[in-house]
Amino acid sequence: MAERDTADFGGGNTPVGGKLWSLNWGLVLLVTVIAGVGFAMLYSAANGSWQPWAERQAIRFAVAAIVMIAVALIDLRFWLRFAYVFYGVVFVLLVGVEIRGAVGMGAQRWIDLGFIQLQPSELMKIALVLALARYFHGLSLEEVGKPWRLVVPAALTLVPAALVLKQPDLGTALMLVLGGAAMLYLVGVRWWMFAFVTAAGGGAVPLVWHHLRDYQRARIASFLDPESDPLGAGYHALQSKIAIGSGGVFGKGFMAGTQAHLSFLPAKQTDFIFTMLAEEFGLVGGLVLLALYLLVLAYGFAIAFRSRNNFGRLLALGITVNFFLYVFINIAMVTGLLPVVGVPLPLVSFGGTAMLTIMFGFGILLGVYVHRDTRIGRFGDSEG
Amino acid sequence: MEREKNRSKLLTRRALLLAGVQGALAAALAGRLYQLQVLQADRYGMLADQNRIGLRLIAPRRGRILDRFGAPLADNRPTYRVVLVPEQTPDIDAMLDAVAALISLSDADRRRVLRDARRNHSFVPVAVRENLDWEEMARIEVNTLELPGVSIEQGLTRDYPYGATASPLLGYVAAVSEQDLGGDPVLELPDFHLGKSGIEKQYDLDLRGEAGTSEVEVNAFGRVVRELNRDEGEPGRDAVLAIDMALQDFATRRCAGESSAACVLLDAWTGEALALVSTPGYDPSGFVTGLSQEQWLALQSDPLRPLNDKAIAGVYAPGSTFKPMVALAALDSGALTPDTHITCPGYFELGDALFHCWKKGGHGTLVLREAIKHSCDVFFFETARRLGIDPIAAMARRFGLGNATGIDLPGEAAGLIPTTDWKLATTGVKWQPGETISAGIGQSYVAVTPLQLCVMAARLVTNRAVMPRLLREDGIMTPGAAATAGAADFDALGIPAAHLDLVLDGMMAVVNEPGGTAYAARITDPGLAMGGKSGTSQVRRITEAEREHGLRKPTELPWQDRDHALFIAFAPVGAPRYVCATIVEHGGETGGGGSAVAAPICRDVLREAQKRDPARRVPDHPFAIAAAEKS
Repeated sequence: MAERDTADFGGGNTPVGGKLWSLNWGLVLLVTVIAGVGFAMLYSAANGSWQPWAERQAIRFAVAAIVMIAVALIDLRFWLRFAYVFYGVVFVLLVGVEIRGAVGMGAQRWIDLGFIQLQPSELMKIALVLALARYFHGLSLEEVGKPWRLVVPAALTLVPAALVLKQPDLGTALMLVLGGAAMLYLVGVRWWMFAFVTAAGGGAVPLVWHHLRDYQRARIASFLDPESDPLGAGYHALQSKIAIGSGGVFGKGFMAGTQAHLSFLPAKQTDFIFTMLAEEFGLVGGLVLLALYLLVLAYGFAIAFRSRNNFGRLLALGITVNFFLYVFINIAMVTGLLPVVGVPLPLVSFGGTAMLTIMFGFGILLGVYVHRDTRIGRFGDSEG
Repeated sequence: MEREKNRSKLLTRRALLLAGVQGALAAALAGRLYQLQVLQADRYGMLADQNRIGLRLIAPRRGRILDRFGAPLADNRPTYRVVLVPEQTPDIDAMLDAVAALISLSDADRRRVLRDARRNHSFVPVAVRENLDWEEMARIEVNTLELPGVSIEQGLTRDYPYGATASPLLGYVAAVSEQDLGGDPVLELPDFHLGKSGIEKQYDLDLRGEAGTSEVEVNAFGRVVRELNRDEGEPGRDAVLAIDMALQDFATRRCAGESSAACVLLDAWTGEALALVSTPGYDPSGFVTGLSQEQWLALQSDPLRPLNDKAIAGVYAPGSTFKPMVALAALDSGALTPDTHITCPGYFELGDALFHCWKKGGHGTLVLREAIKHSCDVFFFETARRLGIDPIAAMARRFGLGNATGIDLPGEAAGLIPTTDWKLATTGVKWQPGETISAGIGQSYVAVTPLQLCVMAARLVTNRAVMPRLLREDGIMTPGAAATAGAADFDALGIPAAHLDLVLDGMMAVVNEPGGTAYAARITDPGLAMGGKSGTSQVRRITEAEREHGLRKPTELPWQDRDHALFIAFAPVGAPRYVCATIVEHGGETGGGGSAVAAPICRDVLREAQKRDPARRVPDHPFAIAAAEKS
């Protein structure tokens, strides 16, 4: 019992030193490598300078890595217990940006806490995974099969998604909905339910379209035919494709990308950083980064499968799916497969909250790994 | 526990399915990258280059205009202007204060700078002030350290060192106007100038050269990042004129004594224009920097027509200078022999009409040589009557009258040599016999330019179809290079030498024998003597009433009603080399006739020309060949 005191209330049965030892250091290394790719691209984006992006990104990564490891050491039962609380806090923050958020880039997304511009919508991705995992952890298959049991998780997903959409942040809203749907699918919600919801959603498209801002509509329209207005809304998509396509198989070389460096590429350090990588390192570079991401996904699935508690599995899968959504939506967006919706490339794009959110997620993923053998009862108590 | 297991199995199954979907989507991304970077790489590569490479034109250096000895008549002079790059200047207002402390800066300038700085991208230089003189430029240069973002930019502007002296011959360059556009993209450069008149216009394409290009890498905002490739283009070629600037200057100063005059000096054997003067001229540099509306209107409405090149575009009745044509036509047709005697009682009757000789009492009985010497009008009235207008017109045309000479200048007038057919076709009225009589002394419809008269003189002394030109035979070229045998290229006119000799002898007598109309204007320097023919052409008809009450003195008439004074001349007598034609509009300041006002100018110009002898001062000149042919 004295041991538990030193390892704080979430400590579980293993001492901290042992827990550190049992971390999945392969995943940590992988994450660091991907972040390293990001530093290199940010260095290039600043025309061969650590300022203004690469250095700050590295510092953020270091801080986020500490957060990640700290989170990894926290007992899963702590997360189970505080999942709704966490969700509630993030939800309040999300509502808060509606009330007193700073206006930036035409979208209200940040709460300026002075030292960091907090993006509640990013945190909501984690909070939603936690809340859904918490909700379904205690439900049997039969209970999941009852439609009224799905009202709460649907609300948990759609209400924040609607708020985020109103900000307006199409990308994050999309990720919340898709992430939530993936969770529901995993816990055994029947196919026809999804078919029903998709059909209902399809019916809602005109309604949603009606509520979209002009620039969002323009982006979707330009996605459908980007060359129709190359200097307007289609500009980003077309310039991105030009940059990627002109990179060819082996790319133009590190820091030799013409399009990104000549400012034809917008937001090259954030959402469009993959474009710069594909321009400078070509198809080879793009595929290598994609492979690294797939390796992360493989780790995620492996951790999920090795977890012996349902909560951990759902968490791991939820976080992995979210990570995949980041990667897929971002790359599909910059290669012109999806409209430009504003989703960063995880670990690589410049940005504080996204980095923190993703590393926080990896912390939970690592925590699932560390606590893979912990048995958690239906209501969060230890099972023998 | 069984339920728990089922749940776990379902989760695993669905997770694997999800992983499969993710794998498939990842494969789709890889496929998309393959599509963009392999299959469509060429297309996007091309688009990328178009994106980043901008083509900038570099204005070519305009060729100079040189005289036959290489003296620059039109050159390029560096100009300096102060520019300011807003993004390098922390406080534009303070910077303008600092600049204003060094050079004068108007409030309008300041407002323009602030406005341009606001409108343009902050990296685009804004002109603060143009046309700095050297001292102002130096003041800015010395202080550049205290003036961040301010710099001196050098440009070139057209410079005419002789000012009005060579105008309107040289013409001028000016900013490109709307209707000049099209074709050469260099015309769209903001401060490009092109030739608008004179030589500058005639040889504009050669002088202009070809624009260079600078391939620059630009970013999305159009800022030049670096230069990739530079093609300097082709600087304009120099135009070397036949003009001898010393003679041009001399003739211009000589003409400037009269209110409005033109003087053409040709090398009779090559057709080279050694001087082509039209006074008053204008200062061409005004056009380069741009004229104000008032200045332009003043130039245009000036009754002395400074913008008009009277030497080639001024059209005048030739008066008595036309008489050699009538004489040659008569000798050619047999209407006159050298010994034909005609009596001048001072007037000539044709039907009811009376035509007066300039000499009130008449000249008595004359032969052709004497008639030329004394410029007897009645003699030529009678000759013209015998001939009819058409043979006279045919002869005049053989000597280059009635058609543009084809000199390499824009805006040349054709003049007019009337024929019976011409009159019927143009006016629908038959040619009147009385008109032939007037035409016999170069009046009526006959109209010529000073250049045409000079060409006529050149053909008289060479018996060749001499064509005038301004550019040296070796053209747009280096000065001093050998001219090819110009004289040999002209067709023979085929006038019997005896006829020409008779006419030229008469013209010699005009100047050199006592009683000749221009005896007072003879050249006394040994070996430089000239021959010539005077002319005084009526601008308005003299009424019978005026004759009865006695002619008014020219000075009593309004200036624009006075007679023009003309003279054509050649020198030296015996082996003519230079020909000159002069017209003094309305007799100039004194209102005198051709022999009194125009002849002295021809005399002085020919005297100066023979002293300088520019034709022979060019090495390997074909004069020797031509002189050998002549003798």
